Amino acid sequence: MNEIIGKPIDRVDGRLKVTGGARYAAEFQLPNMAYAYLVQSTIAKGRIRSMDVSKAVAVSGVLAVLTHENAPRLKTPPEDKSFESKLGEKDLLPLQRDQIYYDGQHIAVIVADTFERARDAASLIKVEYDPENAVFQMEQALSQAYEAKESFGRKAQSRRGDPDAGFAAASIKCEETYITPIEHHNAMEPHATIANWNGDELTVYDSTQWVLGTRKSIADLLGISAENVRVISPFVGGGFGSKGFMWAHPVIAAMAAKTVGRPVKLVLTRQQMFSATGHRPRTIQKIGLGATREGKFTVVSHRTTTQTSVVEEFLEPSGMSTRVLYDSPAMEVKHLLVRLNTGTPCPMRAPGEASGTFAVESALDELSYKLKIDPIQLRLLNYADKNPQTNQPWSGKNLKQCYERGAAAINWAQRNPEPRSMREGRFLAGYGMATATYPGNRSAASAKVQVLRDGSVIASSCTQDIGTGTYTIMTQIVSEALGIPVARIEFKLGDSKLPKGPVSGGSQTAASVGPAVQAAALSARSKVVKLAIADKDSPLHGRKEDEIVSKNDRLFLADDTSKGETYATILGRSQVPFIEAECQTRVSTREKSGDENTGTKKNEAGAKESGGGCFAATSDENVDREQYSFHSFGAQFAKVQVDPLLGMVRVVKWVSVMDIGRVLNLKTARNQVCGGVIMGLGMALMEETVLDPNRGRIVTRDLANYHVPVHADIPDIDVQFIDNPDPFINPFGGRGVGEIGITGAPAAIANAVYHATGIRIRELPITPDKLISA
Amino acid sequence: MSDPDENLPAQHLNSAVPSGPTRREFIGQVAVAGIGFGIGSNLHAEDYFQKTRAAAPGETTVHLEINGAQKTLRLDPRVTLLDTLREKLALTGTKKGCDHGQCGACTVLVNGRRVNSCLTLTVACQNAKVTTVEGLAQGDALHPVQAAFLKHDAFQCGYCTSGQICSAVGLLSEGHAQSDAEIRELMSGNICRCGAYQNILAAIKEARVAV
Ligand code: FES
Ligand code: FES
Repeated sequence: MNEIIGKPIDRVDGRLKVTGGARYAAEFQLPNMAYAYLVQSTIAKGRIRSMDVSKAVAVSGVLAVLTHENAPRLKTPPEDKSFESKLGEKDLLPLQRDQIYYDGQHIAVIVADTFERARDAASLIKVEYDPENAVFQMEQALSQAYEAKESFGRKAQSRRGDPDAGFAAASIKCEETYITPIEHHNAMEPHATIANWNGDELTVYDSTQWVLGTRKSIADLLGISAENVRVISPFVGGGFGSKGFMWAHPVIAAMAAKTVGRPVKLVLTRQQMFSATGHRPRTIQKIGLGATREGKFTVVSHRTTTQTSVVEEFLEPSGMSTRVLYDSPAMEVKHLLVRLNTGTPCPMRAPGEASGTFAVESALDELSYKLKIDPIQLRLLNYADKNPQTNQPWSGKNLKQCYERGAAAINWAQRNPEPRSMREGRFLAGYGMATATYPGNRSAASAKVQVLRDGSVIASSCTQDIGTGTYTIMTQIVSEALGIPVARIEFKLGDSKLPKGPVSGGSQTAASVGPAVQAAALSARSKVVKLAIADKDSPLHGRKEDEIVSKNDRLFLADDTSKGETYATILGRSQVPFIEAECQTRVSTREKSGDENTGTKKNEAGAKESGGGCFAATSDENVDREQYSFHSFGAQFAKVQVDPLLGMVRVVKWVSVMDIGRVLNLKTARNQVCGGVIMGLGMALMEETVLDPNRGRIVTRDLANYHVPVHADIPDIDVQFIDNPDPFINPFGGRGVGEIGITGAPAAIANAVYHATGIRIRELPITPDKLISA
Repeated sequence: MSDPDENLPAQHLNSAVPSGPTRREFIGQVAVAGIGFGIGSNLHAEDYFQKTRAAAPGETTVHLEINGAQKTLRLDPRVTLLDTLREKLALTGTKKGCDHGQCGACTVLVNGRRVNSCLTLTVACQNAKVTTVEGLAQGDALHPVQAAFLKHDAFQCGYCTSGQICSAVGLLSEGHAQSDAEIRELMSGNICRCGAYQNILAAIKEARVAV
């Protein structure tokens, strides 16, 4: 074997990215392109009484103005239970009605021959409204809160044991409320779509985390066959969850292009994205912990109230990870929802886990001080050796090692446990830690591998690379399976014409698409080997398949390396132009019901054929996953300095030790964890979306007012991996890494701030005003 | 940003104007462009717009040198340098992240200085020399900053990368980037939402030796 999986190779798409050659959605060049510019509502609820577009239409170069009065009619999509696609706002089809549900709702689109003219014309539309009373603060609507049903197929309410008895039995209780604000993804690349019709066929260049989901959603809304829609998305400038479900603008671009008979480019402004492309919703989380004097939990309860819009039910499932984090005989998780006149929330990096671990891991820290037990020790005392909710063994868990290594790396031993006891110059210093956790998701995928006559390879799957390293990791997997160097392999993705791949969400791409790619590569290799064995002119003629190995472009006998030849030689002698194999794997580790003690690792229903005749896919599918619980864990350690006069917090040192099974590429994996930690640092210290309390309009709608971490905010970040392969998730043993880095990070910082100052901040972000006024 | 020189379009506006339109024409054009700027969707401003909006501007001729090539363009004076590059010249390496000078994705070098091209009107760049990320490599040989970014994995999605690289090239040629703290501070006008900062720092330190 080449042993290329795991190597920290440079990104195969890196050269394109550093030379400006990587092409993102808005960058495709089509002749005769027209430009669209959106107009958004300026009230939060009511109706459009009138829209005067006369001045806009009169601007030279304007080709069309579409509003609810004249836009093409859309179809209401059928309810999609199979999760083949997902609209961001299923009850708000764009430009169809005069109703306004939130401030910043798209109400018109202008198409012109230049961007400047479209933008100018957009400013000339005069809108009159009949406003109604809107509700956009959770606190105004708590009486209407209702119990949510589910989140991605998992039950939203669950319990085990007897929580009341657990509280009654507790010697020490900790009951507090934690709040996380609305946050925005703010991927650097704005949401963008180019739509181009050719007769009845539509091509869409879109910035999306889910090429096939977008294709189906557009087709459903337009009432055309998905066959007639092609979606292309080779590079995505970040998504973090905001580009998974389809928002309104891709279909608006398609309508606009149809209307003007030209390709249309529609790019949202940074400001427009704040209302119309999702956010992490605000949460109010009540945590109750009960423990014995020795620190053993008797109960853990987690009650989340969060918000969604009036046009979609999205739940931020903050309590999900609480079910599995610690061993407690009693547990209760509740999720309540309030509907508000705001834009619609959606997954944002570790939806549920990021907000939920802030609350739970802060509460554990509070309990540790009450009990005078070291925070790491408290976690070890309640360590879950198996999934406490389902009693399944973990597919692989090495969390104790994570705590150990992290504590050593941050020098936890020199921490004085007393709050506000450590000083560094004029700063108060503090250490905090928290557990990180994220499910080990995998779902069905397919891939194709072609070995060409010259011995080079084209591999493909309709998956996405949103900065996560998909191009690189898939190339490594193909390289290892075939014994062909990375430089001779091209991996294609982001095109709906390619074999079916899943959404890039839930940290599942590498774990899901990787096995399909590997199976297809092994099948292609096997076909080439068979060709050689059957060929009298080959030195491998008549040998057995399992005697043959491959490396450096060559196939040769394992026990006699001189007997062999290159792929190119074998294919060159044969008359075939290329050898190809396509494989599908149907494995799913996604939790389906949330029911206690039921096997939930069913292969996905509805897949057409098993393994597509690929032996590697079949043997992968035959692994019995029903009995295991797939979950990643890790430990986050922060050291902060707090200015006691100004209340300013600086994170000065960070250690993350993660157990994600086998690391597929150390460079990209480390980068992913760093990125998660940095977003967690933003969540802890600065990120917050603020609404005008009177009008429900987002006032922090740009990057000057919505603060994300910049370079100067970032300390040295030490990322370590346990790197033990998970024997059950997939043949190479790797779980996903995209989201776990943010989980636990805000709590580690909040806990470090408490240790430094003796002040507990339970509402994020931890801004100086909160520390000064405490 | 502690560096007073960083990302200040006004600096090259001043140097560019005398060789371009007369100052009076120039100011007129900027005023027209300015009111259409970035608040197109803000309907609170509509009355203001309708009262103050001048007639739609005609086109202006601008001469530029972009990555060594001479360009003569007829442009709506409202067109920014960023949109000129991306929409008129198909030089899409330069990115639009905010269009408001708040993210640095659009950073290019104008007469060797770092500039936010989204805040720069092309009419204000008469006869300027513009270098974008596409103009840094020598044929197949990457610029040392590009090579170091690749080696250190100083990006994820790659969308901020062109701006980071142009900023870093400017920083190094100005003799900044002497310490880690200085690099972190002076690169803080370039947001990387993917959070590749640590690797960006490593890349710039390595390139500092090569440049
Ligand atoms: S696009 Fe110019 S600074 Fe953001
Ligand atoms: S690499 Fe994605 S924003 Fe920097």
